[in-house]
Amino acid sequence: MKAGRREFLKLSLAASSAALFPVPTFAQGAAPRVVVVGGGFAGASCARALRQANPRIAVTLVETSATFTACPLSNAVIGGVRELSAQQFTYERVAADGIVVARGTATAVDAQARLVTLADGARLPYDRLVLAPGIEIRWGALPGYDEAAAAQMPHAWRAGEQTMLLRRQLEAMDDGGLVVISAPANPFRCPPGPYERASLIAHYLKAKKPKSKLIVLDAKDAFSKQRLFQAAWAELYPGLLEWVPLSKGGNVTSVDAATRTLVTDFGRHQAKVANVIPPQKAGRIAEVAGVADRTGWCPIDPVTFESKLQAGIHVIGDAAIAGAMPKSAFAANSQAKTCAAAVARLVTGGTPSAPKLINTCYSLVAPDYGISVAGVYQPSGGQLADVPGAGGISPTDAPRATRSAEAVLAEAWFRTITAEVFG
Amino acid sequence: MRRALAAAIGVASIAAAVVASAEPPAGAAACSGCHPASTRVTSPVPRLAGLDQAAIVRAMQDFRSGTRAATVMDRIAKGFTDAEIQAIAAWYATQR
Repeated sequence: MKAGRREFLKLSLAASSAALFPVPTFAQGAAPRVVVVGGGFAGASCARALRQANPRIAVTLVETSATFTACPLSNAVIGGVRELSAQQFTYERVAADGIVVARGTATAVDAQARLVTLADGARLPYDRLVLAPGIEIRWGALPGYDEAAAAQMPHAWRAGEQTMLLRRQLEAMDDGGLVVISAPANPFRCPPGPYERASLIAHYLKAKKPKSKLIVLDAKDAFSKQRLFQAAWAELYPGLLEWVPLSKGGNVTSVDAATRTLVTDFGRHQAKVANVIPPQKAGRIAEVAGVADRTGWCPIDPVTFESKLQAGIHVIGDAAIAGAMPKSAFAANSQAKTCAAAVARLVTGGTPSAPKLINTCYSLVAPDYGISVAGVYQPSGGQLADVPGAGGISPTDAPRATRSAEAVLAEAWFRTITAEVFG
Repeated sequence: MRRALAAAIGVASIAAAVVASAEPPAGAAACSGCHPASTRVTSPVPRLAGLDQAAIVRAMQDFRSGTRAATVMDRIAKGFTDAEIQAIAAWYATQR
């Protein structure tokens, strides 16, 4: 082993001195080009992992914004216990890895010519394309909910100005007001997100506006970490937070932004503050590139994350149909590293090997009360499937010390993952 | 010239083989979602790079069997076979 390493050292020294002499370019071959569209947890992770896997790969990261605003923990910003600046990251360190960060918006993809076009007309040729566009709101899918309505009834499902708008509305509300959250049918970004949000808004109301009431109108009868959330709500927010499932009339069929009214089959709820979490689909470029199917999401190969609809294009993160994996930041990061390993092999003529992926997802029910869900995944039957016997939620009978430990772990997770992706 | 070229190609393929063997085994890359890759991150979750191989294997086996208390690692360890745990531990032991 040691001799082998020394042998390799000698060889690499020989190789680097050989590089001082002119070598015909055909011997080196052109550097493989990979374009990554979208600089969130999936895209930025993938760009960096590609450079790490093989520094010869020329990686371009296309991103519209100069600043990334992270969704995980943004519910704590809405609940007034965290500042938005703690959610924001730039791409300087990503660029320092030797990644070309192209500020712009991808507007067209020619899968045959292997070419991405940006809004400013720039054309980026690629050998492999990775799309990590996150989500797009399905405007109009919920009657009455369009971009103008979102200024009155924020969705706050893409962190940033919308997050602050919802927080300001809660702060401006008088004690005794009605807050309504509407949660969509599956699939959508961050399955436990609506319930963490309800928890942290309830935490704010309990402390600052205790005569208020919070109703969650749900298009589903079941949700992620449900038993843990409901047990915690009964303990922490009795009488304040009410969850209305589909079967009890929770499905919102239309909204009226002017009066902040949410209409269900069973009645009307006029809110002082309304948070509409609308139906979603893969980010726009997925549809443009022809990698989204009729569901609006992107079917992928579970080993390489290559699109099942377009060769040479990979899709990772929330936009992908990743089988049992949820649309979470942890999953996006895990998928990004798997996809990068596969792409690094594919561009050099290699064969990707079967991956194993993990998800761990923390939710805060209160600032010092955390719960989690975890899963381990592997390709099975053309999908990413749960490894049987693994994963699951925090124990339902855990002592309060476990809940506070998981709240600490939630914040530690955020520091760790954002350091890996942006730091 | 042709000889130099052949040597260069030879070196390149050896280098490629070494790079390939340094690739993380299945599952290993996912760990850094929680276990910091950087020494600059403050977290109760330990860094794995450079840890003793046998210690990682032992920890994973104990998490899996439930003999070691955990918040989430018991649920994750159950998703890995002995062979996978060995490979991941061996890889992290060589990382810095």
